Amino acid sequence: MNLNDLILAVLGGLLIGGGAALLLAYNGQVAGISGILNGLLHPRRPGAGWRTAFVVGLLVGGVVVLLGYPGAYPAVHPRSIWLIVPAGLLVGFGTRIGAGCTSGHGVCGIGRLSPRSVVATMTFTITGGVTVLVVNHLLGALT
Amino acid sequence: MKLQLIAFVSGVLFSIGLGISGMVQPTKVIGFLDVTGAWDPTLVFVMASSVGVYFLVHLLARQRGRPLLAGTFEIPRRSDIDLRLLGGSALFGIGWGLGGYCPGPALTSLVSGAPFALVFVASMIVGMLLVDLTGRRTTRQQAPAAGADYVDA
Repeated sequence: MNLNDLILAVLGGLLIGGGAALLLAYNGQVAGISGILNGLLHPRRPGAGWRTAFVVGLLVGGVVVLLGYPGAYPAVHPRSIWLIVPAGLLVGFGTRIGAGCTSGHGVCGIGRLSPRSVVATMTFTITGGVTVLVVNHLLGALT
Repeated sequence: MKLQLIAFVSGVLFSIGLGISGMVQPTKVIGFLDVTGAWDPTLVFVMASSVGVYFLVHLLARQRGRPLLAGTFEIPRRSDIDLRLLGGSALFGIGWGLGGYCPGPALTSLVSGAPFALVFVASMIVGMLLVDLTGRRTTRQQAPAAGADYVDA
């Protein structure tokens, strides 16, 4: 990580926090991506309109990054496809059971000083760290 | 319509932030979780500045008492630490460490057309829907008060 990475990290964080704060201040909603996506998977629940608009915004912003900053998305993934499938299943399942992800618990929950979100964020950071330790250093040959 | 416009702008800002900060790169996220390896602190700075802004705006919004466009804040009000919170977050962390994606960066990365992003998001959606199968009986029995399920983080 160099100085440029650091500046972009802080600026990126301001945009993430600012975007999430906008949704709270105007709409009174939590910018939790797992909750928003899950809401769209159950379209009969109230709030399908703003959730759809948020996800469309997420994709439009993604295209802006793709056009303005071509190196942003990697062409290769550090893990094999046989790890990416269980990874996705666990992220989807776990964020529903645990009622939040890095945005809902990490940014919005910690930003509200919610004890549940602080505990959740500590929990997924620890199990994520242990997983990387096991995969990268103990089972290195598999990746 | 205004609510949708704000949500759209919020999503745009959010994913541009994810993109420029490097959070759409699984290598950087795995590097942050790799404490015993070549540790990458980028995520710490992203979290610090995003939580900082959110904290300040949240104080102002709370002082005002209600959102600018809606009647009430739909924010989770529970404060108990239960087994579902711990177990679900633990499983999410394992998936995060395996794939280097959490839901926001994964959805944003769909626009890159990378097959691994598509496979991850498809698997993530299946994982979410699996909760409906396993959790149907318990959610019906426990019948959360005041639509608590709608205000998930």
